Amino acid sequence: MAYNCVVTIKQVPDTKKITGQAMNDDGTVNRGALPAVFNPEDLNALELALEIKDKFGGKVTVVTMGLPAATEVLRQAIYRGADDAILVTDRRAGASDTLATSYILSCAVKQLNYDIVLCGRQAIDGDTAQVGPQLAEKLGIPQITYVQELLGLENNTITARRNMGNGWQEVKCKLPALLTVIDEANEPRIAAAKRLMKYKKARTPVEIQAQLKKDNPSASDAELKELADMKIAELEKQGLLIKQWDLDNLKADLQWCGRDGSPTKVNRIQSVVLTARESKTVEPTDSGITDMVHELITDKTIS
Amino acid sequence: MISVNPKGEVWVFAEQHGGKLEDIGLELLGRARMLGDKLGVKVGAVLIGDQIKGLAEKLCQYGADSVYVLENPLLEHYQTNSYAKVIDDLIHKYQPQIMIYGASPCGRDLAPRVASAIKAGLTADCTDLQIGDHESKAEGKTYKNLLLQIRPAFGGNIIATIINYDRWPQMATVREGVMQMPIPDVKRKGQIFAEKITIQQSDLPVEIIREHKQGKKVNLKASRIVVAGGAGVGSKENFRLVWDLANALGGSPGATRAAVDLGFIDRDHQVGQTGTTVRPSLYIAIGISGAIQHQAGMSDSQKIIAINNDPTAPIFDVAHYKIVGDLNDIVPKMVKAIKARV
Repeated sequence: MAYNCVVTIKQVPDTKKITGQAMNDDGTVNRGALPAVFNPEDLNALELALEIKDKFGGKVTVVTMGLPAATEVLRQAIYRGADDAILVTDRRAGASDTLATSYILSCAVKQLNYDIVLCGRQAIDGDTAQVGPQLAEKLGIPQITYVQELLGLENNTITARRNMGNGWQEVKCKLPALLTVIDEANEPRIAAAKRLMKYKKARTPVEIQAQLKKDNPSASDAELKELADMKIAELEKQGLLIKQWDLDNLKADLQWCGRDGSPTKVNRIQSVVLTARESKTVEPTDSGITDMVHELITDKTIS
Repeated sequence: MISVNPKGEVWVFAEQHGGKLEDIGLELLGRARMLGDKLGVKVGAVLIGDQIKGLAEKLCQYGADSVYVLENPLLEHYQTNSYAKVIDDLIHKYQPQIMIYGASPCGRDLAPRVASAIKAGLTADCTDLQIGDHESKAEGKTYKNLLLQIRPAFGGNIIATIINYDRWPQMATVREGVMQMPIPDVKRKGQIFAEKITIQQSDLPVEIIREHKQGKKVNLKASRIVVAGGAGVGSKENFRLVWDLANALGGSPGATRAAVDLGFIDRDHQVGQTGTTVRPSLYIAIGISGAIQHQAGMSDSQKIIAINNDPTAPIFDVAHYKIVGDLNDIVPKMVKAIKARV
């Protein structure tokens, strides 16, 4: 029996590469100064979906919500084997917290045919691990979080092993269900060269429009629209058009989107300042170290 | 969601497994007490399970004024949907203004499901909670006595304070080990409410087939001395130096995420933002550069010794004793000095 999987993915700034240059003077992070990457655990979720497809058949659809540039992670997913990809992009979705994000994603996923929804456990920029469970609730389906191994899939029932931190748990439930996947689950495959060659020209409409504007600086809006429509039709014919949805396409209720739909707001942001404290430099010699140990014994740090 | 209710209680989810309260719920009660006192409201604990009424008194000793007990054989084991359903009902019934959960695997599974169902805000993995005001310049008004939800974000590179002023309750999960466990007062009593609930098999869509609990191989949180190694230690074989020093001091071996990822030691030993938060009397950092994510889990240690051959390593910024040099030379010298007890 074949299973359709929907995988939610996110483009994130590579927070491991943060340096002083990536910080603004006001203590906020300059996202533009950081390389954008495929959120690591979303790759594990995608890999699990692709493994399910390899074994049982079915279709893998990836969905991301973000700026037009996030199309890049959709292409990365297509190179690895995703069959279909959707960019949800809309200015009105900006400033969404996890609740609003999960609402918007749920509107997108509801339009798709799915048996299993897979998410990475958490994204490396926010580290909240909230969107997966919130999406499951919005879809009205059970969730299995922290999946470290898929144990079985038959008769519309999934069995999985969860990593509970202080042990593990084996659980099963009827589909549809949502899984959040951790990095232990698998080793994500790399892009297939053949697919990369085939799909590297795949674009979303918003990317096409931006490129045409850049290439034809003197063209009028009407001319640009005509050019874009032609290009979009051409790519669609070639199977290279990546779907793009906005909040109207999703029939999303705007009161639950963006800033209005986000109960949590930022009150203030501080960059982490390392505080120097009173410190001693100890010479790496026998006598230097002996003196330090002696001090620690005297002040009862070492008993 | 519920409306803004400044008279509402401050609630804690009192996590229990197998009839035993988890430390995290007790830690949270200490902070909830502080928040409740500041707001002039009661502190409530939500206790869910089967045959667990006996635990309610202990929650009062740790600071709860009210304990809401939900007992049912179907609630014996933690399950997302059933637990979320009863908490959802309870929040609508009593309208607490704040609800906090542990950022444990269970709390991080449960709290977002509840938040989504009641359309309330939720802040993950807080390291501090305070009460304070928020001035909204756009609206030209000040919101008084909000829960300030303080957490590291962006891989630990920034500290964000999150608020939620309109759709309540204000909810947060809090990391384990960051709030100090209160000292229980055995004479302290509270009110215990046996709540009526309807729960049925269909509220439990996920079946637990079997589970395995393993005690952590090391209890870093309870260790007075932690000796931690980083990628700079070089190899699994060389990590023996970390063990040697830990043994000589009667401490526990810790590690950075990088050392764990390189396979030098297993994940139970990881200190830092994604590992255990520790605050021992003595923390010795060996071959650790001091990424902010690591510092987040150890910078509250009373004394820090850092050993690194790079004098510019950020770990030196938080160290009380800095030793610049080769760890292969320094660590054996320390072991020798400690064994000699000077």
